[in-house]
Amino acid sequence: MKRTLKAEETFFRILMNITTGIILIILGIIIYSVFEKGMKAMSWEMLTSVPSGGYYYGKGGGILNAIVGSLVLAFGATILAFLIGLPVALYMNVFLVRRKKLVNLIRFILDLVWGVPSIVYGAFGFTLMVFIGLQTSLLAGIITVTLFILPIMIRSMDEILRTVPIGLSEATYSLGSNKSELAFKIFTRQSFSGIITAVLLSFGRAIGDAASVLFTAGYTDNLPNSLMEPVATLPLSIFFQLASPVPEVQARAYASALVLTVIILIVSLFSRGLGKRYHKTKINF
Amino acid sequence: MYLLNRQQRHVVNSSWMLFSLLIIGFLPFILFGGLYFKSFLLLKTHTLKDLIFLHSWHPSRGEFGFYPFILGSVWVTLLAILISTPICLLTAINVTQYAKKRFLRVMHPVIDILAGIPSVVYGVWGILVIVPFISRYLGPWFGVQTMGYSILAAALVLSVMIIPFILNIMIEIFRTIPTELKEATLSLGATKWQMVKHVLLRKALPGIIASVGFGLARAFGETMAVLMVVGNVIKVPHSVFDPGYTLPALIANNYGEVLSIPQYDSALMFAALLLLAVSLFFNLLMHFFIARYNKY
Amino acid sequence: MDTAIRIKDLNVFAGKTQILHNINVEIPKNKITVILGPSGCGKTTLLKCMNRLTDLYPELKVSGEILINDKNIFDPGADISKLRQSMGLLSQRPYPLPMTIYNNIAYALKLRGIRGRRKQHVLVMDYLKQANLYDEVRKRLREPASRLSIGQQQRLCLARGLAVNPDIILADEPTSALDPISSRFIDEKFQEIKPHFTIVVVTHVLRQARRIADNVIFMYMGEVVEQGPAKDFFENPQEEKTKSYLEGMFN
Ligand SMILES: Nc1ncnc2c1ncn2[C@@H]1O[C@H](COP(=O)(O)OP(=O)(O)OP(=O)(O)O)[C@@H](O)[C@H]1O
Ligand SMILES: [Mg+2]
Repeated sequence: MKRTLKAEETFFRILMNITTGIILIILGIIIYSVFEKGMKAMSWEMLTSVPSGGYYYGKGGGILNAIVGSLVLAFGATILAFLIGLPVALYMNVFLVRRKKLVNLIRFILDLVWGVPSIVYGAFGFTLMVFIGLQTSLLAGIITVTLFILPIMIRSMDEILRTVPIGLSEATYSLGSNKSELAFKIFTRQSFSGIITAVLLSFGRAIGDAASVLFTAGYTDNLPNSLMEPVATLPLSIFFQLASPVPEVQARAYASALVLTVIILIVSLFSRGLGKRYHKTKINF
Repeated sequence: MYLLNRQQRHVVNSSWMLFSLLIIGFLPFILFGGLYFKSFLLLKTHTLKDLIFLHSWHPSRGEFGFYPFILGSVWVTLLAILISTPICLLTAINVTQYAKKRFLRVMHPVIDILAGIPSVVYGVWGILVIVPFISRYLGPWFGVQTMGYSILAAALVLSVMIIPFILNIMIEIFRTIPTELKEATLSLGATKWQMVKHVLLRKALPGIIASVGFGLARAFGETMAVLMVVGNVIKVPHSVFDPGYTLPALIANNYGEVLSIPQYDSALMFAALLLLAVSLFFNLLMHFFIARYNKY
Repeated sequence: MDTAIRIKDLNVFAGKTQILHNINVEIPKNKITVILGPSGCGKTTLLKCMNRLTDLYPELKVSGEILINDKNIFDPGADISKLRQSMGLLSQRPYPLPMTIYNNIAYALKLRGIRGRRKQHVLVMDYLKQANLYDEVRKRLREPASRLSIGQQQRLCLARGLAVNPDIILADEPTSALDPISSRFIDEKFQEIKPHFTIVVVTHVLRQARRIADNVIFMYMGEVVEQGPAKDFFENPQEEKTKSYLEGMFN
């Protein structure tokens, strides 16, 4: 009895170490393969120029259009989502503190829309775009991505704002402040680093997602110059270049993937530097 | 803003907040309504049963059988869940019960980075590593000739993508089990392994089920990475080495060309509606499951 | 007077801070020993040392000896499962196992090595009766234990603790979360089973200590200040700290 138990434990512990190892190794392989393949095609020209005439047949040029496009689109969407998201998160935690049921309902809805796949946002965004008479454009991309990152942004901020102690609100009220002053002056200041983390998290999602911009942002070889023009994005540039039969172009897809990965790593490094790790766990016991 | 007095500012701020809140509150309904409205054209001429169970997909002839796509999605998703659930469960137990506390601090950034890597990059990795691995080693090993672009490739890539998502929840669940419960179990003379097997696993079971459910919902809608390695062949798959097609891939691949056939456009919106419905359904189910379980 | 547990030069460190300082204590057999002291003085830690639950906290470093039946529990060769089975534990709040009411006790029996459904069933009923729980749960043995009230859960934990057939019972403020009737029951139960067990109880409540203690250990800031028979301790304390504690200075 004791012996079989011990053997069983040993067996499972070995298995556990293997699975843990697998996860670490997979991350290693992903990073390694992206860097190894990506570095080969990487050049200064890749990063600093837009595609030239014969780019898609292997001639010169780079993916500056996609890099700038992605950054502009992600910044735009993050700012827009911030302008809508912060007020919502504040409203939930300042104005509705006493309405526990309502706040939980809102959280529940947000969790639901958080789980909706980005391709659905893409399809919806396209419908919306046609409905209001927009072409594929930077603006349409920004609107769609905003919808997609809004629940992420709000719920992450909400998780932070929830932890602001009640005593602080009481102290502020007793100084004669009203609710919106409490929200915008005290709560934002108190949770500043957490809010920035939420913003960075959303930015990372915004810049990495392809499915939501596929039909809405379009693609172009030019740098973005107007909200109404199509815009190139990194995920799509990777996707399109990979589909090319020309090996040089495929190789550039790997370089583009490297650029995107590095941007994501930098963003996550920043949010890590801010300290608090944000967990989103929907399950409480 | 500063032209206004305090009271006016308060009114402006509050109404802005309320307005934003209303947008969010109605978002799922707007999503659902919009997609339903667009798929209406298709639903007018086809019954739901036909759409879901018919095999033939010929948009130009007006035949829209989603069965191959639905089945492809189901295969890929289930296989991915089957692969990642045991990996996550064992790792979560290892990290929370056996490994040194310090190790958790290594694991957190690993999870965060895995969770942050964009879908397309996973796709690139799948093409670089998984697809050749299947065509060169795994396929021949099972005596199958395959290009590598297959249900299995998609499932493997997908399983890696949902690992951080499921693992994160599972670690949190095991961490929140009170130490006192462990003490109580050990004080009965249980060994550590007995405690893990008989008590901790049982205590965590509802959470484990829920985490898998959430993972399932997430995996079902995953688009780009799957699209890049699944092969995109419209047929009902018979083995995991067959290429297949999934619902999200259907939408992503065909959107540009459909505007000429209105019903085709409507069909893709219907696919999106299906994805939305599956996602909402599973998330709702898990929420109620947890809520119900927490009563006890 | 026999000694059940003999603690020699016990020191416990958490990192650089010392939680227990040179504890030397003798706990008499078949008596109720009460550990008293202000919050944070190390009572729980001392109790956890006795059945080596301190092993669960890698940050705690324990040195010294605890002798039970003349064997040092910290010996590398000691069988921890056996050791823990020889002690039933009752904690501050009840922690029923995530199983049915019946299985909470049956699991303890299983760990003790008792097989056979019939035998198990008879014993489960017996322990439920001993913990005065039988009548209340007779009809709901297959329900999850978490559905019981807190007082019922604590009695279930008592039954479970008795089911491993221990010689010693360790109880850490076992009644602090309970209603007066359940508390009273636990106190009386201890008195009743005293002839067969060595009982160690941590408490904050002086009145409870006076009521049940045969022997008292008084701790302050990680040290044992005074120990001895309850009568001497309450009527004729030797140390200044003890006197002021008894006068309610610390609470
Ligand atoms: N695992 C640990 N790591 C660090 N410090 C600890 C640990 N466990 C206990 N301590 C510290 O040791 C001291 C004694 O704790 P202990 O729980 O034994 O006190 P206690 O007498 O039981 O208090 P109370 O009456 O409040 O239950 C406390 O200061 C506590 O903070
Ligand atoms: Mg204590």
